Amino acid sequence: MQERSDLMQALFGRLTLDAIPYHEPILVWTFVAAAALGMALLAYIQKKRAWGTLWNDWFCSIDHKKIGVMYMVLGIVMLLRGFADAMMMRAQQAIAFGDATGYLPPHHYDQIFTAHGVIMIFFVAMPFVTGLMNYVVPLQIGARDVAFPFLNNFSFWMTTAGAVLVMLSLFVGEFATTGWLAYPPLSSIAYSPGVGVDYYIWALQIAGVGTLLSGVNLIVTIVKMRAPGMTLMKMPVFTWTALCTNVLIVAAFPVLTAVLALLSLDRYLGTAFFTNDFGGNAMMYVNLIWIWGHPEVYILILPIFGVFSEVVSTFCGKRLFGYASMVYATVVITILSYLVWLHHFFTMGSGASVNSFFGITTMIISIPTGAKMFNWLFTMYRGRIRFELPMLWTLGFMLTFVVGGMTGVLLAVPPADFVLHNSLFLIAHFHNVIIGGVVFGVFAGINYWFPKVAGFKLDEFWGKVSFWCWLVGFWVAFMPLYVLGLMGVTRRVSHFEDASLQIWFQIAAVCAVLIGLGILAFLVQIFVSIRRRERLRDATGDPWNGRTLEWSTASPPPAYNFAFTPRVHEQDAWFDMKQRGYRRPVAGFVPIHMPKNTAAGIVLAGISLVCGFALIWHIGWLAAASFVGLVAGAIAHTFNYDRDCHIPAEVVTRSEDRRTRQLAATGA
Amino acid sequence: MTQLRTSLALDADSPFHVAEHHPENGTMLGFWLYLMSDCLIFAVLFAMYSVLGGNYAAGPAPKDLFDLPLVALNTGFLLLSSITYGFAMLEMARNRKQATLAWLAVTGLFGAAFIFVELYEFAHLIHEGAGPQRSAFLSSFFTLVGTHGLHVSFGIVWLTTLMVQVAQRGLTVENRRRLSCLSLFWHFLDVIWIGVFTYVYLMGVLR
Repeated sequence: MQERSDLMQALFGRLTLDAIPYHEPILVWTFVAAAALGMALLAYIQKKRAWGTLWNDWFCSIDHKKIGVMYMVLGIVMLLRGFADAMMMRAQQAIAFGDATGYLPPHHYDQIFTAHGVIMIFFVAMPFVTGLMNYVVPLQIGARDVAFPFLNNFSFWMTTAGAVLVMLSLFVGEFATTGWLAYPPLSSIAYSPGVGVDYYIWALQIAGVGTLLSGVNLIVTIVKMRAPGMTLMKMPVFTWTALCTNVLIVAAFPVLTAVLALLSLDRYLGTAFFTNDFGGNAMMYVNLIWIWGHPEVYILILPIFGVFSEVVSTFCGKRLFGYASMVYATVVITILSYLVWLHHFFTMGSGASVNSFFGITTMIISIPTGAKMFNWLFTMYRGRIRFELPMLWTLGFMLTFVVGGMTGVLLAVPPADFVLHNSLFLIAHFHNVIIGGVVFGVFAGINYWFPKVAGFKLDEFWGKVSFWCWLVGFWVAFMPLYVLGLMGVTRRVSHFEDASLQIWFQIAAVCAVLIGLGILAFLVQIFVSIRRRERLRDATGDPWNGRTLEWSTASPPPAYNFAFTPRVHEQDAWFDMKQRGYRRPVAGFVPIHMPKNTAAGIVLAGISLVCGFALIWHIGWLAAASFVGLVAGAIAHTFNYDRDCHIPAEVVTRSEDRRTRQLAATGA
Repeated sequence: MTQLRTSLALDADSPFHVAEHHPENGTMLGFWLYLMSDCLIFAVLFAMYSVLGGNYAAGPAPKDLFDLPLVALNTGFLLLSSITYGFAMLEMARNRKQATLAWLAVTGLFGAAFIFVELYEFAHLIHEGAGPQRSAFLSSFFTLVGTHGLHVSFGIVWLTTLMVQVAQRGLTVENRRRLSCLSLFWHFLDVIWIGVFTYVYLMGVLR
């Protein structure tokens, strides 16, 4: 490689043409496919002349409902990427035995498992969960938007900017090869001199800003903006779990921000936090990242428990069994989730007393979780269960998650953990709870709330295909990993010598394809439902005979959510209103005060993206310029005092009249 | 249809609705939550310092480096700036724009003096070969103290911005809210500094 001139160095930092992996056929073809898809999408938008709508009504929108939908779209797109990574690993491990080395060189394989973990947690599960909370919480508490609508838009775009950085690493440079938590000293500059870890750091830092702000936003929304009469113990369970999750976000993400900042200081300035020499201590990184990391798994699962609670109670036609115990269980889990982080590294060698403490706290967490499981079961007991799609996903969850939970308790026993840690048993365990819990719950939530979002239900046939593919696919793809883990096979290995193991990997690979079909069926389900929307139409706004306030308004809800803020008397406020002969107001509408759309969020996030890219590639001038631009842009935004508008009474009247006619047509 | 027949008179007594609902503004709560998250960042940095603060790697220790009179002077600047910010808030409550601005300016100057002394201290340490790369102790020292300093610098930028906005628009509702947020932020940094001064400097020279 020739020496680069100083000018080129100053202009482009570490970025050279060699950073483009045009010599790797897999990546070239991926790029071709991605580019073709992208062009097709752009052409479609152009054909529909949808640029203005897309920009004004979506990208700049500060409507929590639209932002929620955009989070879900982000989650679906990134799910495809994360799943592609999973398939590549399954394929490699199914064939790379003995003399066969498979099709992925180790360096590439390492990037894939790192990217898979990072993407699935930060850019699939998090957007899904945040999207559901964003869409549903304000509707459930009878609010017109979140507390800080602009910040909400900004949070979404920061999350997206992080996702874009991860995707960019596919075609410009490389991604980290360290595993999804980038433990030092492997992730230090000495052992990972490339840009991979820097992509990792800046993608997470930028997305982390978004996550933290949306956490603050939703807490304030829930605390301050509930409809009159909705005391804390009358809040829907989903809102409760959302509150606890956002408390966890605010209390956990700063730790991630700090620990990643320290890692970047080690890498950029040569400090000695996590180094082997000069007094550094790598285990501090491991401790701190898990002080964030363990609450993170509850950040993901708690709102999903909320989804299941809503679904079970709605589709059994009963009020939730043990509402108060559900709330207390959620709060107990919230607190305990901070007291278990060390079970992720029992092998650190902190001694029997410390390990026992963390082993026991871990086992204690299964008690409130078990209480929830029984609450759902007792809600179903003697209920009139309707086996609609959300309920199917819930049942699949209950069976699957319990097994994952029990293997978790098994791993919480320190001596057992010494044998099983870092093995495929662990991999099987956390996929068992994340797929069986979070993913199934997200699908339950999507199927449950889609009619609210779109005004029509999702197609049932393709939904069932998706459900069964996922359920069977999950079980048969991951049970072999439990077996392999018990036989001592460790994670993150791209080649094996022992041919007797191969059959298990082959079974797993075949059933991973089945999961792929489940994802495909889900996409078909959405596509088919849009095609058949007239037949699946729900004009009532309450297709499932729901119990909480989101079902009291139109589907899709108007921008202002509720023409008049509802007054709450009971848990299951909407069910209570229906019981007491509620009649919708049809006149007397007043203007509604709403915040204005703004492009500031997407612009600031775009500048952050440029800044992150410049820092990754050590392009000093660009990093400095974009940072100054970011601060200046933020300040300029504060000079805009004109942030509100009123929806005139006539507009409210017109849209409410339309709903009155719709309802009249259904005979409701 | 029955629904179309009557025009429902909406009054405050409707069992299902309120005529108009104005939830309280949540900015102060939100900003306080943000401050608590920031506090956690400092908690991590304090934890790093307490674990790594004794790892000198055969380099200098706090006793060799810290110049307590200088740090005491700096602490004085910062504590005084909190008091003057309090005066600015009192003037705001009395609705006196010019006096508010004047006290804000004094606050900003104290803040700038603090930053100036801190930069001088840092430059001096680095010049002596005790830079952040020298040992884990110095890495965690510079990061903890520097993060606080960055916060103060950011506070000064914010304060300047707010002074312009108050000068332009007066003590409007929005500007009062913003001044209250910055007030929380400023006093919060003071509290953090008391921790830094005690834990890092005072206890450092005792070691």
